Amino acid sequence: MTTATQKIVPFDEAITRYDPVMGLEVHVELNTATKMFCGCATAFGAEPNTQVCPVCLGLPGALPVVNAKAVESAIRIGLALSCDIAEWCRFARKNYFYPDMPKNFQTSQYDEPIAFDGYLDVEVPLEEGGTRTVRVEIERAHMEEDTGKSLHVGGATGRIHGADHSLLDYNRAGIPLIEIVTRTIHVPAELAPAVARAFVTQLRDLIVALDVSDARMDQGSLRADVNLSLSPKDSGVLGTRSETKNVNSFRSVERAVRYEIGRHAGVLDAGGSILQETRHFHEANGSTSAGREKSDADDYRYFPEPDLAPVAPSREWVEELRGTLPEPPSERRRRLQAEWEFSDLDMRDTVGAGALDLVAATVAAGTTPAAAKKWWLGELARRANEDGTDLADLPITPEQVAAIQGLIDAGRVNDKLARQVFEGVLAGEGTPDEVVSTRGLEVVSDDGALGDAVDRAIEANPDVAQKIRDGKVQAAGALIGAVMKEMRGQADAGRVRELVLEKLS
Amino acid sequence: MSDLTRLGAAELAEKLAGGEVTSVDVTRAHLERIGEVDSRLHAFLHVGEESAMATAADVDARRAAGEDVPTLAGVPVAVKDLINTTDQPTTAGSRMLEGWVPPYDATVVARLRAAGLPILGKTNLDEFAMGSSNEHSAYGPTRNPWDTDRIPGGSSGGSAAAVASHEAPLALGTDTGGSIRQPGAMTGVVGMKPTYGGVSRYGVVAMASSLDQVGPMARSVLDAALLHEVVAGHDPLDSTSIDAPVPDVVAAARRGDVSGLKIGIVRELGGEGFQPGVQAAFDGAVEQLAQAGAEVVEVACPSFRHGIAAYYLVMPSEVSSNLARFDAMRYGLRVSPEGVPDPSAEQVMSASRDAGFGDEVKRRIVLGTYALSSGYYDAYYGSAQKVRTLIARDFAAAFEQVDVLVSPTAPTTAWRLGEKSDDPLAMYLEDVCTIPANLAGVPGLSLPVGLADDTGLPVGVQFLAPALADDRVYNVAAALERLVAAPVLEEVR
Amino acid sequence: MSSALSREDVAHLASLARISLSEDELDRLGAELPAILDHVAAVQGVVESAGEDVAPMSHPVPVANVMREDVVRPGLTPDEALSGAPASEEQRFLVPKILGEE
Ligand SMILES: [Mg+2]
Ligand SMILES: [Zn+2]
Repeated sequence: MTTATQKIVPFDEAITRYDPVMGLEVHVELNTATKMFCGCATAFGAEPNTQVCPVCLGLPGALPVVNAKAVESAIRIGLALSCDIAEWCRFARKNYFYPDMPKNFQTSQYDEPIAFDGYLDVEVPLEEGGTRTVRVEIERAHMEEDTGKSLHVGGATGRIHGADHSLLDYNRAGIPLIEIVTRTIHVPAELAPAVARAFVTQLRDLIVALDVSDARMDQGSLRADVNLSLSPKDSGVLGTRSETKNVNSFRSVERAVRYEIGRHAGVLDAGGSILQETRHFHEANGSTSAGREKSDADDYRYFPEPDLAPVAPSREWVEELRGTLPEPPSERRRRLQAEWEFSDLDMRDTVGAGALDLVAATVAAGTTPAAAKKWWLGELARRANEDGTDLADLPITPEQVAAIQGLIDAGRVNDKLARQVFEGVLAGEGTPDEVVSTRGLEVVSDDGALGDAVDRAIEANPDVAQKIRDGKVQAAGALIGAVMKEMRGQADAGRVRELVLEKLS
Repeated sequence: MSDLTRLGAAELAEKLAGGEVTSVDVTRAHLERIGEVDSRLHAFLHVGEESAMATAADVDARRAAGEDVPTLAGVPVAVKDLINTTDQPTTAGSRMLEGWVPPYDATVVARLRAAGLPILGKTNLDEFAMGSSNEHSAYGPTRNPWDTDRIPGGSSGGSAAAVASHEAPLALGTDTGGSIRQPGAMTGVVGMKPTYGGVSRYGVVAMASSLDQVGPMARSVLDAALLHEVVAGHDPLDSTSIDAPVPDVVAAARRGDVSGLKIGIVRELGGEGFQPGVQAAFDGAVEQLAQAGAEVVEVACPSFRHGIAAYYLVMPSEVSSNLARFDAMRYGLRVSPEGVPDPSAEQVMSASRDAGFGDEVKRRIVLGTYALSSGYYDAYYGSAQKVRTLIARDFAAAFEQVDVLVSPTAPTTAWRLGEKSDDPLAMYLEDVCTIPANLAGVPGLSLPVGLADDTGLPVGVQFLAPALADDRVYNVAAALERLVAAPVLEEVR
Repeated sequence: MSSALSREDVAHLASLARISLSEDELDRLGAELPAILDHVAAVQGVVESAGEDVAPMSHPVPVANVMREDVVRPGLTPDEALSGAPASEEQRFLVPKILGEE
């Protein structure tokens, strides 16, 4: 750190003087049944050290064997990103010591990745409306393995600093990862944060469509690193870059880019220099803090992994896998927009919110596109924003959203009650049906009870009743309102209206 | 010495099958022999009396019940302490793994168990198999039964001494740069390094992954072949294991016929720098082969002279990475640095690795770290890998001309303990004959051919064949074995 | 290339390899390694004089595509996994405090 009190230049100001040079690295944890190099299960959340074996514990004498399904997934991701697939490639050892890495080398790929030279066209929502398509070039996608997890005990709980000791669980060690690395992304400075977010969002959509990963940022099965440096405008001078890690939502990707641009600008304005270091992102306030400084200690001493044979995917296999790819994202977006009869603006909002797959799945579960969009971009987007999480990570499924809309369509709840059902489902109270019954949210559709309430309303409001009898149907609203108030909202307003009109006709 | 310990594995197998002896008797006889002589040899780091006797009793019971058991069932075996066993500690000859009992068996051990061989114990070795003399064992050196002031060779020196001294009829060793063949030559026993990938490495503590192979040691070519057959063959847990049938090494060892075969003397592996007694024994052996009907020619393998340089880059590089896992976090020795209150994991790692590893291991780790570091990789590791290609080409060209290559196994007979301890490079040069086979992955067998007339110590001759042609070296060795007076050790001296 | 290795070089290599060598050990390795490096450095000349581009050999047996099916195999029980641990707690490996980043 150059100074203790770091000046953060406001983003809009920073980009008048500097151009951001940005690259992204995304780690995708595959959803294979077993680990990259051993037959251990990969289930999330298992008891500590119950999914381990000599191989993923790095016991003396243990040897790795490649998971064919992981290679298949890697090739499919590569193809979906329009990459070339290597005809022959190898694994390499990346040597460095860290207690959560059992062998003290990571089996990864170095100069021979399985996939390289691709791109992803992403739709970036523009501030002024509309979208712009940006081609993000993919340098490479390679296979590697995850590390174990450490729990830091003592000191500030869970924090590495001040801990007395750490406890290691190797269940995650050896889970297959695909690391996707972009080339430098060239976009106008003001777009950089949105491009970063759009890339990660749409890459996730693609990964989900390929069904190769759960791709949950909140659970760490999709992790993004932001590499960023600033170049003084039109100088052609390249700055020193920082690598921001631990970014665990789409929104945070955008915030991290914004923050780092402001931070770098602050340091450079003050005549300081940026350290080449990793940075940690903090959800709470959207800031980053210094991690480990890069030094020549980062000499990873890569060499070809002697315990593994090279991978040489046959062209037949590659073509066969190409045949299994889902529709390309841009085509799919065009098709869905037409099917759903969404305006460009509707579509932009949906894509921008990371809701495309969620809306599609909700529609697939029987809801109209308009209703699906209404919930995901309304009630649920508000909730995600409050929680600082991504839509996809909310504890509600598209099927549940469809079920709630189904309750409305069936007249069992009205819109207002539906919001309470959403609340209940999000709070983990169970399925929509369960929430309706435990919270007693069902509208009163018993005509007897409703009829009595309508009678009471007519009695209490003789003037209004007379107006309706005289044909001023629009006056019915006041009576309906009175009935709804008496029923505490738990009535089908449409049915109330019918009853009012029947009785006064 | 009991008569039972004088017998070889094939003879014991025959007597066991014929009901003349029981495995309990045979196993006990060998355990007794270990009790008699091992305090002078230190061939064993651990004797697994209980589990060996249990296996023996089980095999006897199965035989008595008329069950059809494998050929070597009941014949005891010693296992190099680099190979994981769940019922006996595996230390790799290092303080780092003192007392460590692996939670899994090596594939070769699983195969020994399936074939009913009682495991007598775990044999001494240079720490993590790094050495040519067994002086680098953290638990003290093994001594050569032919002269206990001398080294038995290494790193499988414990296995070699155990077989030579009749403590065991059979043993498993590992060979990364000659570690089966050289101690075989130094102690007068047969030692075979199979084709790379011929025997599973799963569960064998790795030294240099692209060079390591497990192989048999025995007092006869046939015995070695019988053990080879038990442990060899494809293992899906080892990605470098060859998925092809094992050549019929037992048939080859029984055949022993060189008439019409073409045998090539490697010009670069002999002459200057070779002990006269070794050279004379070698020349005599070759003469015998010619008389038996083989056509003997001289073959040039010019790149072999660079084998040691390439080996001492490839091997330490892989060592530096393979031994990184010994970090005091999950298993093995953990020591805290002195005078550091509340040390960090990093400090404990560094202190444990300093305390747990011996000098030779540290030397190789540092050398390998250097050879792989950025800026040096191409010049060192990269070039060494290219030299491997050149050596493989020399082999390929040679095998165009001849069926089998032959050389002395080592330039000298066994030296005195401590004689080369101060000069690591001098020790490295001892591996000149054996290293090319590891670099190229081809099989090599060392056969004892008598005693050197200058030192009176055993001399070995090495046969080399193309990859996958392990049977060829057994055939030629079996032929020569009949023609030379194999040195028989009467008593530990 | 010069194979001169300073004492600092050796200390740096030892720290990369996470071995806290004593002063004596640094002296000794500093004295021994140059002789070994001089010998092994010969590989560069050998490759140059081969006069053509020689492919490096990383595996002695030329096999490719050795893979397994994605089928779960039983591993170790937590007790087996932790059996060699210098220290453990809550079914996890207990290690001293970790510095550096996570
Ligand atoms: Mg990586
Ligand atoms: Zn595992």
